[in-house]
Amino acid sequence: MNDKLMTLNLKIWRQKSAKHKGRMQDYKLSGVSPDMSFLEMVDLLNEQLVRQGDDPVAFDHDCREGICGMCSMMINGEAHGPSALTTTCQLHMRHFHDGDSIVIEPFRAKAFPVIKDLMVDRSAFDKVIQAGGFVSVNTGNPQDANNIPISKENADLAMDAAACIGCGACVASCPNASAMLFVSAKISQLALLPQGQVEAKARAESMVQKMDEVGFGNCSNHAECEASCPKGIDLSNIARMNREYFKAKFS
Amino acid sequence: MSTVNKSIMAYFTTSVGKKQIMALTGLALSGFLLTHLLGNFLILVGADAFNMYAHTLTSNKLIYVAEAGLALIFLTHLGLAFNLTVENKKARPQSYYTKVRTGRGATLASVSMIYTGLVILGFLVSHLMHFKFGPVYYVEMNGTQVRDIYRVVIDYFADPLQAGWYVLAMITMAFHLGHGFQSTFQSFGFNHNKYSPLIKKLGITYAILVSAGFAGLSVWGYLQSSN
Repeated sequence: MNDKLMTLNLKIWRQKSAKHKGRMQDYKLSGVSPDMSFLEMVDLLNEQLVRQGDDPVAFDHDCREGICGMCSMMINGEAHGPSALTTTCQLHMRHFHDGDSIVIEPFRAKAFPVIKDLMVDRSAFDKVIQAGGFVSVNTGNPQDANNIPISKENADLAMDAAACIGCGACVASCPNASAMLFVSAKISQLALLPQGQVEAKARAESMVQKMDEVGFGNCSNHAECEASCPKGIDLSNIARMNREYFKAKFS
Repeated sequence: MSTVNKSIMAYFTTSVGKKQIMALTGLALSGFLLTHLLGNFLILVGADAFNMYAHTLTSNKLIYVAEAGLALIFLTHLGLAFNLTVENKKARPQSYYTKVRTGRGATLASVSMIYTGLVILGFLVSHLMHFKFGPVYYVEMNGTQVRDIYRVVIDYFADPLQAGWYVLAMITMAFHLGHGFQSTFQSFGFNHNKYSPLIKKLGITYAILVSAGFAGLSVWGYLQSSN
């Protein structure tokens, strides 16, 4: 059993707070099981740091089931690490080998300031949602389920867009730190449904405006976002947002 | 200013609006390249045909309108490119210690647009200096004096270094067009499971054919002088 355990050379970004200057620090970690998730590996490191009386590495995590969107991390230069369609919490150490060097950094963007170590403040996403990522409805008794007919095709596309967990990997991996995959998924999931079409124009305009305002970069169609997205959000959502925005302005 | 006008003005300052203007001006410039190349092919017919074509084109008064329009399109594309590059740089003030491309998204062409663009800018300046504002020789055709642009071309490409620079510039342009052409469709919201891969291939084919056409003419020019 023990001969399967790995020893890793970690290089981790340490930063005391938003105000402090950070730097990369080296750690040697042994006893890593291939069955551990990536976050459990960092937990192991933190246990070791606490035993030594050092400050543990701060990182975001919550459900550890790949659905909450809290975990982040740039692992060896890729958002959520090397496995496609996988969040950091669902990435397992069996994808690494004994003696590997692993570089771990926070998601980097002006709109995502570092709070501490690997934790970043992603509330810029919340601001974009507040600008228009909702539908206004009169509350009351729920309607009959099939009251509003929706085509299977649109229902599927809206559901695909709604799979976005808002983790920010699109921003982190984009060479321009653009948030268009996230914003377009949020615009699409509503624009595709009749309930969302009423406010479609105002929504596209205000969400795009807010996205620019909070400091995200511009999209230049690299498609790194789509490649890094743990939920497989499709680039066609950005195309839809471009259409929706153009329609909002000129029709 | 009315609310509608204000809203339309705002279009030109947002990320989506700017990428669409980038796309539109880029597409217009791609179209210009094609017509320019087709005109240039007349040089293969002979000196008279080429000089007559150039004379007809430049003696039309509308050429000034066309040139001004082209300059405006080019400068818009250029200005926005710088603006977007600066903004994108600012959007990530602290760069990564390690950053790799996933291999499923960005390409060499897509990440080097500003650099290939700068090479094209440098090329354009030298191109205008050597041809449009280059040496002027006259030749008589059907009783009128026309500029012997054919001679300017042949003289210029006689130098292998200059012909080589054109070939290099055209290879660079192929990269720029390769990402730019397909990007235009995405920016205007056209993304289709079946047609987008075709557009991608069409864009790359277009980029290679146009660039190879211009580069081929430079090589042809060099061969004319060495014969």
